[in-house]
Amino acid sequence: MESNVQQFPPFREASAPPAHDDHAGHEHTEHHEPNFWQKYIFSSDHKVIGIQYGFMSLCFMLFGFFLMLLMRWQIAHPGVPVPVLGPLLEKILGQPAAHGAISADLYNSFGAMHGTIMVFLGVVPLAFAAFGNYVVPLMIGAPDMCFPRINMASFHAFFLGGVVMLVSFFIPGGAAQAGWTSYSPLATTIPTNGQAFWLVGMVLLITSSLLGAVNFIATIIQLRAPGMTWMRLPWFVWAQFVTAFILLLAFPPLEAAGVLQLMDNVAHTSFFLPTGLAIGGQLADRSGGGSPLLWQHLFWFLGHPEVYVLILPAMGIVIEVIANNTRKPIWGYKSLVYSVLFVGFLSFIVWAHHMYLTGMGQKIATFFQATTMMISVPSVIILTCMFLSLWGGSIRINTPMLFALGFLPMFGIGGLTGLPLGLAAADLYLHDTYYIIAHFHYVVAPGTIFALFAGVYFWFPKMTGRKMNEFWGRVHFWCSLAFMNIVFMPMFAQGIKGMLRRMSDGAVNYSAARVPGAIDALPGSVMQLNGVILWAAICLGIAQIPFIINLFWSINHGEKVGTNPWRATTLDWQTPTPPPHGNFEHTPHVVRGPYEYSAPGHAEDFTPQDEPVSPSAPLTPTAHH
Amino acid sequence: MEIPYTIETRPDTGLYNAKLGIWLFLASEVMLFGGLFSAYVLLRVGAEHGMWPHGWLNVTLGTVNTLLLALSAITTLLAWAACKVRDFTKFKIFHACTILLALTFLGIKSYEYHDKLIHYEIKLNNGTFADGHMVEESKDFDLAKKTGTVTLHGRVVADEKELMDLRAPAAQSAKLDEVTVAATDIKSMGNYGPRHNTFTAIYFTLTGLHALHILGGTIVIFYFWAFGGAMWKTDPERFTNRIEVSGLFWHFVDLVWIFLFPVLYLT
Repeated sequence: MESNVQQFPPFREASAPPAHDDHAGHEHTEHHEPNFWQKYIFSSDHKVIGIQYGFMSLCFMLFGFFLMLLMRWQIAHPGVPVPVLGPLLEKILGQPAAHGAISADLYNSFGAMHGTIMVFLGVVPLAFAAFGNYVVPLMIGAPDMCFPRINMASFHAFFLGGVVMLVSFFIPGGAAQAGWTSYSPLATTIPTNGQAFWLVGMVLLITSSLLGAVNFIATIIQLRAPGMTWMRLPWFVWAQFVTAFILLLAFPPLEAAGVLQLMDNVAHTSFFLPTGLAIGGQLADRSGGGSPLLWQHLFWFLGHPEVYVLILPAMGIVIEVIANNTRKPIWGYKSLVYSVLFVGFLSFIVWAHHMYLTGMGQKIATFFQATTMMISVPSVIILTCMFLSLWGGSIRINTPMLFALGFLPMFGIGGLTGLPLGLAAADLYLHDTYYIIAHFHYVVAPGTIFALFAGVYFWFPKMTGRKMNEFWGRVHFWCSLAFMNIVFMPMFAQGIKGMLRRMSDGAVNYSAARVPGAIDALPGSVMQLNGVILWAAICLGIAQIPFIINLFWSINHGEKVGTNPWRATTLDWQTPTPPPHGNFEHTPHVVRGPYEYSAPGHAEDFTPQDEPVSPSAPLTPTAHH
Repeated sequence: MEIPYTIETRPDTGLYNAKLGIWLFLASEVMLFGGLFSAYVLLRVGAEHGMWPHGWLNVTLGTVNTLLLALSAITTLLAWAACKVRDFTKFKIFHACTILLALTFLGIKSYEYHDKLIHYEIKLNNGTFADGHMVEESKDFDLAKKTGTVTLHGRVVADEKELMDLRAPAAQSAKLDEVTVAATDIKSMGNYGPRHNTFTAIYFTLTGLHALHILGGTIVIFYFWAFGGAMWKTDPERFTNRIEVSGLFWHFVDLVWIFLFPVLYLT
């Protein structure tokens, strides 16, 4: 049975000759063979660009992870030289890492760059650009993206943006230090050009996202195969579609804000600097008249929709993996579609819940509190549909499914702990503590990143024709799950006890803890948690080693599989593996919805979207062999 | 498999790919300029009473520029129409006009920038303000060393607020003269560049970004105008689509100016 499925003919048109894996590249033979640069660097093929994005973003994620490890060391042992990496840091960065210890400035730049890299260079490029590029055209039955060369330009802008961000570590004064949110006037008054680099890098990354977003939307609207109606789209495509709209419409205001802050930093304007601003006790030589709140509004107008840019593609992956491994249709497809549209719309009118403490006013806070509570409804609908989809399924457990299942409670914890933050009264207490850190990391780290791991394990066979090792995949999952929770769960306790975020030396929390009986001192047990978190983070890093080795080893040595090893229904699995340039040799004709698993009356427990509907059709799955 | 709908339209959407793409891009541009206009509104609303400038920009030049862009919108449309009826000569003529109009616009804009950059406000030690266009600096003028003099064509006012509303009767009737100030009397001095105040900051940023869009559009149109002949011969429909798409961008850039002109020049 299994071997029969693996040799599934990828095309079902009556005229289509039976195609096999080894024929995948045959249409290339009449063209000249592209050289290395054309093939891997200046390729306009959506699959290559997707893999480029995936590789780069995984590298950036690892780099961001190391920044975090260094910060965790500093939090657990403030001012103590970093073991192992300390001398290296001093060699590379010089004075800010004198004696291998992390100075306050360095800690600040690590904090700012950890956030920036993880969000803009790690998760978004992986979730949206990498998976979106590779999978969306395949899923809708398109030969490529609408604008292949713009797609290439998008990757190159992303790459340049990443280079600018990395270079900023080495300039005098170091990288940006004002947090990933870059609040003014702080971002303008810190004496380093790192912020200007950050802004230029962001403009490049925003350009990349815009080009990508235009491309995705146009592709999904224009290049759907015949019969691929809107309600037959796999939900992953819907999630990417809404994500693309969020990027398209929410990023430009940040670009506007970035241009204005760049003017503040370079042309010495005062867009975000208030009248009478004093720096170091001296009246600043600025005209004043600007508004720090304006930056925050423009930043969070992107910043909050960005949360959904992080989470929606991840949810899309989880839905695909769950549908495939429960072997039954996803529960509530239409509810999912309307929910994701509603989330996309609402995500534009909740941004100021990040600003309850800014003094913007009670009435505005009340409005945003209401919209914030509203947006949890469609999010909960999506999560509920995922849970209900499991009900009564004969669940197939494999690495992608484990990560998808891990996503559910982890995202649940992240989402539910966000509710107190959405209420202005509770937020006053919890704001700027480790509670926030724990909350959004639960959404993004064990939430989104788990879903992304699921995606990597799930689509790896499509990209390479081989599966990743199952045993090491499970080791990777269970260790990651355990250590993620040991890292982030204690932070809820720390935050509720009042431990502040963004402090390079623990500030009042630590100094008070050293004085016996001091008011508001952190209890010793909370302080000790920092050591626990540090070691859990190190173990979490070690737990990624099996993944990294597995990923590269499996490219050439993984178990060989056919075109459709997961026995999936969507079009991405009905192509040769790996798909050739142009993806499909003949336009697929879609005749049914995306999740036709275990349909009664079929020999197989899955019915591909493009399998002819008539029982008298000459080609049935077994007729070929 | 080739990418479909690059030239012909998709039946259910009625669009070819690039046309949808440019509309999406313009949607993001609306949000970009929307963000900047919101910034303008918030800065202006938050300005200290009487400190938001009025009448600082030359309405005549602004009107001329508005008309230039409006005219270029017409020539752009006609250039596309000429392509549609397959008349390449007319296309060449109309888009030559577009390019010339755009360059004239940029020329006038540069003149206006220059006018602001040679306009100085000098805060004097006695609390008054000398304000006007730079006539000359004496050879030994050095603000740090306190030597030499500077001569402006303008006036001296007691309160900075008098410089804000140039449409007020007092400012209209004020006599402009040559004012010479010694460096020793100068507390601080600066031109009407972006850093002068939030108005010049937003003025330079908004019109600068708009001018960059004009420049970008002009380069694209010039490219099609100068090097489009080859594609015209092989695939006129595709070339016509390119002219339409670049024309849509051009109309958007014109439209931004239609908002910028009243917001900056007339209020």
